[in-house]
Parts: sequence; C-alpha cells; structure tokens
Amino acid sequence: MTATVQQAEPAALIKEVDVHLTIKRFNPEVDLRPHWREYDLKLKSSDTVLNALIAVKGTLDGTLSFRRSCAHGVCGSDAMMINGENRLGCVNLISSIGTELVIEPVRGLPVIKDLVVDMEPFFAQYRSVLPYLIASDDPGYKERYQSPEDRARFDDTTKCILCGACSTSCPVYWANGSYIGPAAIVNAHRFIFDSRDEARNERLDILNQKSGVWRCRTSFNCTEACPRGIKVTEAIEEVKRAILYDRS
Amino acid sequence: MNIHYHSYDAVIVGAGGAGLRAALETAGKVRTAVITKLYPTRSHTGAAQGGMCAALSNVEEDYWEWHAFDTVKGSDYLGDQDAIDIMCKEAIDAVIDLEHFGLPFSRTPEGKIDQRRFGGHTRNHGEAPVRRACYAADRTGHMILQTLYQQCVAADVNFFNEFQVFDVLFDGEGANRRAAGVVAYELATGDLHVFISKGVLFATGGYGRIFQITSNAHTLTGDGPGVLFHRGIPLEDMEFYQFHPTGIYGIGILLTEGARGEGGILRNGLGERFMERVAPTVKDLAPRDMVARAIHAEIKEGRGAGPDKDYVYLDLTHLPPEQIDAKLPDISGFVRTYLGLEPKTDPIPIQPTAHYAMGGIPTNVHGEVVIDANNTVLPGLYAAGECACVSVHGANRLGTNSLLDINVFGRRGGRAMVEYVQGVDHPDLPRSVVDPTRERIDAMMNSTGSEKVGAIRSELQVAMMRDASVVRTGESLQEALRVIHELRERYQKVTIDDKGSVFNYDLTEALELGSLLDIAEVLVLGADARQESRGAHWRDDFPTRDDANWMKHTLAYRDESGTITLDYKPVVQGRYEPMERKY
Repeated sequence: MTATVQQAEPAALIKEVDVHLTIKRFNPEVDLRPHWREYDLKLKSSDTVLNALIAVKGTLDGTLSFRRSCAHGVCGSDAMMINGENRLGCVNLISSIGTELVIEPVRGLPVIKDLVVDMEPFFAQYRSVLPYLIASDDPGYKERYQSPEDRARFDDTTKCILCGACSTSCPVYWANGSYIGPAAIVNAHRFIFDSRDEARNERLDILNQKSGVWRCRTSFNCTEACPRGIKVTEAIEEVKRAILYDRS
Repeated sequence: MNIHYHSYDAVIVGAGGAGLRAALETAGKVRTAVITKLYPTRSHTGAAQGGMCAALSNVEEDYWEWHAFDTVKGSDYLGDQDAIDIMCKEAIDAVIDLEHFGLPFSRTPEGKIDQRRFGGHTRNHGEAPVRRACYAADRTGHMILQTLYQQCVAADVNFFNEFQVFDVLFDGEGANRRAAGVVAYELATGDLHVFISKGVLFATGGYGRIFQITSNAHTLTGDGPGVLFHRGIPLEDMEFYQFHPTGIYGIGILLTEGARGEGGILRNGLGERFMERVAPTVKDLAPRDMVARAIHAEIKEGRGAGPDKDYVYLDLTHLPPEQIDAKLPDISGFVRTYLGLEPKTDPIPIQPTAHYAMGGIPTNVHGEVVIDANNTVLPGLYAAGECACVSVHGANRLGTNSLLDINVFGRRGGRAMVEYVQGVDHPDLPRSVVDPTRERIDAMMNSTGSEKVGAIRSELQVAMMRDASVVRTGESLQEALRVIHELRERYQKVTIDDKGSVFNYDLTEALELGSLLDIAEVLVLGADARQESRGAHWRDDFPTRDDANWMKHTLAYRDESGTITLDYKPVVQGRYEPMERKY
C-alpha cells in the first residue's frame, strides 16, 4: 500500500462527478470476440473504480461480471487493466485516476467472462516453487528464534496478495506461456531468504530452469503494477544473484 | 443445468482461517474436499490486522488464566467458561503451530515472537494493559491466511475454488438426522455439484454486509448460517454484533486496535481524550463495545468532529514516525488512499464499523453443531470460526480472539470430524437431493419482477445501521423489523439481468440477499426480546445488565413455514463470578 497508491482529496473536497466507463466485455455464451461497451453515471470523486463497477452492475447492467471481495486492497480479487495499467479497482479513486475510465481484463491469462480471467495457470505457477516453509529441525514446543534482521530480509515479499497484477503486466509473461512469472518468483523469494527454511537450493534449481528467472528482461512493469509496493524486480534480481553466487 | 456427483469423507465449506486450519487436520487422513466461493487467499481472514493473543510471556509476565479472565469479563459474562479456558490454554500451542508453519511474526531483539498490547487484555485481572498479542506488523491476518494456505498447498489439499454452497444434505429424519453433504454451484459453468460426505464443516465467516458501514468484505453474507437456518438448525446469540470503534469515516475500513496498542489516542471534536472519562485505568484500550458506545455518545452529545459533527479522531500524530512505518504500515496506506490524509501529521476521522458476529451456528468445544438447549449433537455436522458460536466471545469479543478462535476451533473441528468419519458408513442419498437447489436457481433465473437486488440490499443495510447497531431501543428494533418484513415482500419480486451460466454473480448476489434478510431478522428479533444491555447489545430503554433474567444464550429456530421462534439455554459458568465491568 505505498508506492503505487495515489492520495485522495481531503474529505471536504468530495464532489459529484460524471464518470464515463468503457469496459471490454466478453460473454462466452454469446460473443465470438470481445467488444467494448460504454456506461455513464454519476459518482462521488471519493469513489473507487470498484465502486464504479458495482454501480454499473447494480443500476445499469447486471450482466457485467468481475471479482471483488475485501474492497480495500488486501484480498487481491480485483486486479484489472485500468486506463492501460494493471491496478486493483478498489484502491484507485476517481479523484486521482480521472473520470474517463477504460477497463479491461488483465492480459496473459485466458478471459472467461468480462473482467474474470482464468487464475488456474497463475496458481499452478505459484505452487511450482514450493511456496511453503520446509524445515526438518524439531523446535519442540517453542518457537524457532529469528532475529529482527533475519526477519527483515524477506519482509517485502511477505506482502504479496497473489492478485496477479505483476505477472499479467509482464511482456515476457504475455508472450511466453512457460515463463513462471514475477508473482511465483516473489513467493519463492519469501522462502529462499527466510533464515528458517532449508529448501533454498531446491527452489533456486526450479527458478534456474528455462521457465525461471532468466526469462525476466527487467522491464520493471511488475514493480510498477504491484499494489502492495513490493520491489518485485529487485526480488527477481536477488534470486538471480543467489543462483549465480550464493548457493549454499 | 449439468449436475455432478462427488463422494468424500469430509467436506469443508469455506477456506478462510478456520476452514484451512481444519483442512490441515483432515488432509492426508480422510478424503477431503474444501469448497470456497472465492480463492482461499481472498478470504477475509487476510484483512485482520492487529494480532493473535496467547500468554507466551515473551515480553512480560502472563498466564493463560489471566487471558481467560479477560475474555470472560470482555464477554460480559455470556461466554461459556469451559470453552474460554480451552481457547486461552490452547492459544499458546496455536501460536507455536503457526510459527512452525512458517508464519513471519514480528520479533523481539533476542528473536522471540514479539507481543503488544490490545484492548481488554490485562495483567493480573485488570491491573494494567499487558503485552499479549503476537503479531506481524499490522498484517497478522494476511500472514495467517497465507501461511495456512501455503501449508494446504504442501499437504495437497483438494480445493474446489469458486464453488458456492447453497444447501446442506442430511441422511435420516428428525432426531436420527446426520450430516450427509452439500450442494454447490460452480461459478465458472453454472453446474451444480452434489458432494455426498460423512462429515461437513462450515467455516463461512461472518455477515457484516447486513450493515451499511462495515469492515467486512462484500462476500461476507452469512452463507453458512443462512443455509443451516433454513434446514432447521438454530442460530445462537445473533443479537450480539460487534462494532469496531475505529473504522475509516464513511467507508468502514478497519483501522486496527493495534494503533491504540502502539499508543494511539481517541479524541473528540474538542480535542479531548474522552476515553479517560469512560475507562480511567485502560483508557483507549477498553474493550470494543465500550469504546464504540463512548464514540456514539460523544457524537450524540454534540462533541463530534467535522461539518456534521458525526465522527471522532484516531490520533497517531504524537507517535514516532518510524514506529508508524514499522508497526502500522498498512493502515497508514489505507488512510492515505481513502482519506488523503497523512497519519503522521493528521488526526484520522473514524466511526464505529460493523465488524464481527459473536453469534452464529451453535457448537460445543469440539466444533460439533448442537441443535437445542440440551446441546444435542447433530452427528457429522461441524462449524468453526466466525460463523460458529462456541461461545467463547459471549456478548463482546476481545480484539485478537477471533484469529485465536479460528486456529483453536478450526483445529478442534477438523480433528473431531476425522475421528467421526472414520467410524461411520458413507451416506446413501437419492439423486433428487439436488432438486431444492435447482428449483431455487431456476426460479431466480426465470424471475420477471421489478425489484433490484442492490436496492433491497442497501435499504436493509441503512435500516440495520440506523435501528439495530451500536445503540438500540424497543422502538428502533420494531422499526427495523417493519423494514425487514417489507423488504422480504419485495424480495419475492426481485429479478436479475444476467440469465447466463458463466460467472453469473447477478444470480449469486440475489441468493445471498436471502441469507442477509434472514440473518438481519434473527438479529433484530433476538435484540428486541433481550430486555437488558450486555456487551455489544445496548438497549437505551434497558441500560443495565440483568443477570437474574438474561444470563442465558438465545437460540433462534425457523420452522418450515418460515416462522422464527426464540428459546434460551444456560451459560456455562466457571471460576469467574459475574461482576460489574469496569476498566
């Protein structure tokens, strides 16, 4: 919730605004190809893009499908392309993003309906990096100790909410179906640099394969897209360096 | 409509903290399906912020008995003391388990799990606030959800993502009923799936969406309690609904009590620290029911802030900026995003926000659902987490005890279900068990009325906020009931735009609205009947606790005709005698 989140106006400046949405629609039961539909409605400047979609669905067109849950940027349901950039609908306010909204599903994953994409390939990539603590020691009935410094080493990548905004903003991910993608690497990083974990080398082997970190061309799209402000490209670079210089 | 049949030993409905924790107990032992209408990591456990209490004594002296005392007192003596003892004792194990699962707790300089203060948690029976909450910055729930999901990936748990459960199945009749599965709707295809299983555990979370201002996700619509209530299972203590004191003004997004645990102060429009008057010992760290009422009183008596004097401030401006960055990063981001304010320099406008259901599906300490005042178990049916009522929270939950509840009772429910399903035969049901769900969906798809889901839902939320929230009277509750009955009539005429079978959220929202209306009605009926004030249930017309008449749990039943009746069952007493709640 830091880098990519823009600030709202003070409450006193909230005003009514006319919002124009252009949404890419696709219904597999009817349409052969996606098409654009436009909607006009009145909203408050303090409303989010998600509020706008909910208003469209509730008042103008109930057939619009999109995922949503927490509505404040922690569940990762509503990654979408807003005015050409991957963002979460629920953390971007009309006041900062504007009243002309062009909304599309994220790229690189198959569209099922409207803004709903198939997340299964994304989660399969996530699962492939062994995204769980692997430790064979028996700490008994107390916690493992970890110094604040060791804990800080992987703090940034623990923030991931698996929204997919990073992977689906990556040109390599769009073009190459076998690339594991930034999100999976972030979740591998979270364990590779956790002092309690013992499977560092296994994960580095996985990420050293053709589908792994070497596909990254450091375009930084992922870092710009991350709604949690994770330094995604830096995490990928740290994994690359660990593969080259720092295998235990 | 295609219909699929599946056979499992155990089905878990919901994949938030409680469902995932239960799944870790059943996975690898009995054939388990975990069914969730979301993806597991979208669950609202991930929005919990502040911490999870356990008397680890990592930073100062503490005992689980002190934790139990605080929980009993916090519950305004409506919590069952046997269950509270178990929760507070097993809290220590639950935290250690999570650490072993890999949870990245914040640490002390020597590397132990760090602990901080939280509302209502005290040393030695109320002497002073105690550092009991284990935490990971202000993302504790996120870390718990991610960690439990990671472990489920490791254990190869079988998930059915984006499947929504609309019915529960039973084998046998009347007193011989046992759980036999669920019927679920697959969002991606519109197909129905019948899961026939020996055990069913509900872990569907809360129902904050009955209120206008809430910290709850859009998806928290009381699906589990709604389904069971329609099948004759009672709901317990539904009138006890917690309002968290510090929701972002006008939106309701949660700002953790951990902000006050770190030293944050509540101020009214005059800049006064009003909690000093209300709770002289623990001040801003009083339990949530008291703080929410104090805010309500400040606003009602004209000491609110802003143009309409309808909010108060959470003030963090005196805290060191580096402490805010390290301990409260996410909520600082929320304040910047949604209010355009800087918490390091600006006081934050807040108002109480609908947050947590103390009531729910009645269970015993093994997570088994109990269906009457004698605590008769319905074999094979389990519930855990916010949708359940053990009852460990009584009339008011202490902060952090929900993350504890999901871990302790998720684990217990999962274990009990494994033991049960290993000893019983697989149920044999006719294929027609799917019919009621199919008919309900067909009826909604073919509806031709003029009413819209969104309109009815928001009118319900406004009425519940106005008439049945922090402060209630007999009159306001009658008004709420009138609105609910009117909305029920209009719900009969509701129609949907989307007639398709692929990701038809128009349909699922319409069916969810049915649960919201049911739950709102039960809440209001229980609140209207309960002529006392206890915990989160405050009646201006009955402003004292009445232990002689009302130290009992409410049970609400629905018969086949839709008539709701109330019954009561005793509170399980223990070593802590009821006394006046002062902080």
